[in-house]
Amino acid sequence: MVVGGVPPPTAPIRSRSSQACIRTPSDTSYGAMETTTIPPSAPPAARARPLAAVRRFAGRWGLIAALAALPVYYGIHDLTVGYQAGVVAGHAVIRHDLSNLGFNFAVGLSNGAIWALIAIGYTLVYGIIELINFAHGDVFMIGSFTAVGLYAVFGLTPATGGAWLVVGLLIILIITMLVTGSLNVLIERVAYRPLRNAPKLAPLITAVGFSFILQNVGLLWRGGSPQSVPDLINVQQTVFTIAGVPIQRGYILAFAVMIPLVFALGWFINSTHAGRAMRATAQDPEAARLMGINVNATISLTFLLGGMLAGAAGLVYALYQTNVWFFQGFKAGLIAFTAAVMGGIGNVRGAVLGGLIIGVIQALADSRLGPQWTEAVVFGYLIAIMVLRPRGLLGEETREAG
Amino acid sequence: MSGLRARLRKWPEAAARRLPVRGSRALAGFFIVIGIVLPFFFGQTSGFLNATIIAIAYAVMSLGLNVVVGFAGLLDLGYVAFYALGAYSLGWFASGFFFKLNVHVLVSPVASTLPGIHLNFILVLIGAALICAAAGVVIGLPTLRLRGDYIAIVTLAFGEIIGTLAVNGQSIHVGGGMTLTAGNLGISAVDQPYFPGIRFNLLDLRPWYWLILGILLFVLFVNLRLRDSRLGRAWVALREDEVAAVSMGIPAVRTKLLAYSIGAAFGGMSGAFFGTYFTVVNAAQFQFGFSIFILAMVIIGGLGSIWGAVVGGLALGYINNYLIPDVLNNLPSRFGLHFQLTQVEFGIFGFLLVMMMLLRPQGLIPERRRQLELTAEITAEDAQLAEAPGSPGSPGSTT
Repeated sequence: MVVGGVPPPTAPIRSRSSQACIRTPSDTSYGAMETTTIPPSAPPAARARPLAAVRRFAGRWGLIAALAALPVYYGIHDLTVGYQAGVVAGHAVIRHDLSNLGFNFAVGLSNGAIWALIAIGYTLVYGIIELINFAHGDVFMIGSFTAVGLYAVFGLTPATGGAWLVVGLLIILIITMLVTGSLNVLIERVAYRPLRNAPKLAPLITAVGFSFILQNVGLLWRGGSPQSVPDLINVQQTVFTIAGVPIQRGYILAFAVMIPLVFALGWFINSTHAGRAMRATAQDPEAARLMGINVNATISLTFLLGGMLAGAAGLVYALYQTNVWFFQGFKAGLIAFTAAVMGGIGNVRGAVLGGLIIGVIQALADSRLGPQWTEAVVFGYLIAIMVLRPRGLLGEETREAG
Repeated sequence: MSGLRARLRKWPEAAARRLPVRGSRALAGFFIVIGIVLPFFFGQTSGFLNATIIAIAYAVMSLGLNVVVGFAGLLDLGYVAFYALGAYSLGWFASGFFFKLNVHVLVSPVASTLPGIHLNFILVLIGAALICAAAGVVIGLPTLRLRGDYIAIVTLAFGEIIGTLAVNGQSIHVGGGMTLTAGNLGISAVDQPYFPGIRFNLLDLRPWYWLILGILLFVLFVNLRLRDSRLGRAWVALREDEVAAVSMGIPAVRTKLLAYSIGAAFGGMSGAFFGTYFTVVNAAQFQFGFSIFILAMVIIGGLGSIWGAVVGGLALGYINNYLIPDVLNNLPSRFGLHFQLTQVEFGIFGFLLVMMMLLRPQGLIPERRRQLELTAEITAEDAQLAEAPGSPGSPGSTT
């Protein structure tokens, strides 16, 4: 079952033929002409490519090796050199096991669940109109702000207990999702739809413009510095411990929101009429229109879904991190985009996988190298993906990334 | 609304038709003379002159980015990297920052007694251009297999990495107790440009003005010559249809990399000027927002249009450094709102970008070729879905 795997239609046949014409060493110009479909970005394959084999190998394994590098290195480091587990009576306690790495993974995966929710929004929109929705991260930020604003409306404080807390948070979740979903639809209507037949640069630029507008809305709403918000669910409380790794409430929260939403989305895309319309539009908008699908409404629906997931991520982020600021959306947007690209853009399962992986990378960089380097590490991975395997882990080859 | 849009689209063409070629050349000469004598009408330290100097330096950057985005059609969202590298070239090669070294080339008598590397400003300018050109190639290489949006993301990532390196450079040691950058503290006490007989200091802004005007005219000249050269035509050809261009024998890799490196070199020159003009090279300057700011200049001026890039750079420079902070800053408080306009300046630029794209996507002074492209596509109403994103048949139309 493919969860909304919406590969653009062009690539597979072309790429295979281009590889074939790279592989044959006796590539006369005549032979190259027989395989007429040269992929648009690759230089003409008439020249022999000595590095082609290396590149193909790197494309297959390079990304996986790069992804495994950090955890493997630090795992070996923890086992051999050890890590400082604390200070007892003035002496550093050095331990040699993997529970520190496990802790990094727990933090990373739960953060990654949030990135995954945002990344799905990128991947859905990209899948259907091939646009990087730069404003998406800021929609997530607005989601956080809305959720935090609603705490007070529903009278939720850290003292609120049990049933009402759960009910209140569920109501807030639904309202936030509706707000961000509508906001995303509005942005599409105002900034992207009029440019549907303009050069591709145009909607990308309006997306960047809207990102800045939303950031400044956030700036005026809650000021320029990070604000702490009430810790409603006591996120750091350990619920249980697995193999020396304490599992905190925050981790469970992130997955408790992410998993049902992802399954609901998968069901929607695969099993409903509207979901089928989305997949059809992603494959070929014109053919979809000829089959009686309202393409504009379908695109709006896609933005609605993406925005709703970003709103859910916003609430989880506010509960989990217990602070919000106007710039969070920009960073989160770039991280989530990296996740979407890593998983293979246009592929929902890939976005979830990429989000979790990026979360782990980020947690490792945060705790081992220092948070000031995290951004550089994440973007380094982004560039590595682009160089080694532009189609991502699960994605098909696309026209953009060919 | 549509009437306004139509009129907004039409006026420059009408103006251009009335202006013969020789007339426009005379007009350019007229503007250059006005530019040269302009500072005599303002005080030596007037805020307007300061804003003008910064606006011209922005225009230089805008011209540089126009080469990459406008001519070659490669969306670069990490242009701030070249601002940073240019400014750091100045910080490294014209200050006492590398205090263990002693290199002096053609600098003022005062600077030649100080420790550190002190090169003449012209040498720093050339060095900044070379460093940025090399960096442009490095940034360009991974994007060669990619198109459109993906290029934007890779360049953005590079810009952010350079920014992160600048902020954290204090913890990168290059030997002898010296670090790579001074982080958010900034490399201060950088040299002022030294030319015999001219005094550069902040009590008299006129020499600074003429210096940056000279840089602008040089960059402008190079740009005009490039546009009409074989290379310039190759860029446009690649932008319009890469497959066709490659099959006509244009070396795609070299042409694209040249676009990146030439565009970067101009950004580096402007960055070096900013370094010496602001007297400090501070890592906090190098934010993503700056890339968008420069991009907004190119877009508002008109993608691919040289004069548009200059006008866009000057316009946004004045808006950013004169209109918003000095003239309109207290406007919201007059309406009873509790914020200042400088807080939301990027929101304003974002709004300008959106409005510009919706109402006048070809920019203030459009490039003729792009103009045709845009109007042709707009009049072909039924082409909407045929041109819709995701349609597989148009691999070349990704500019």
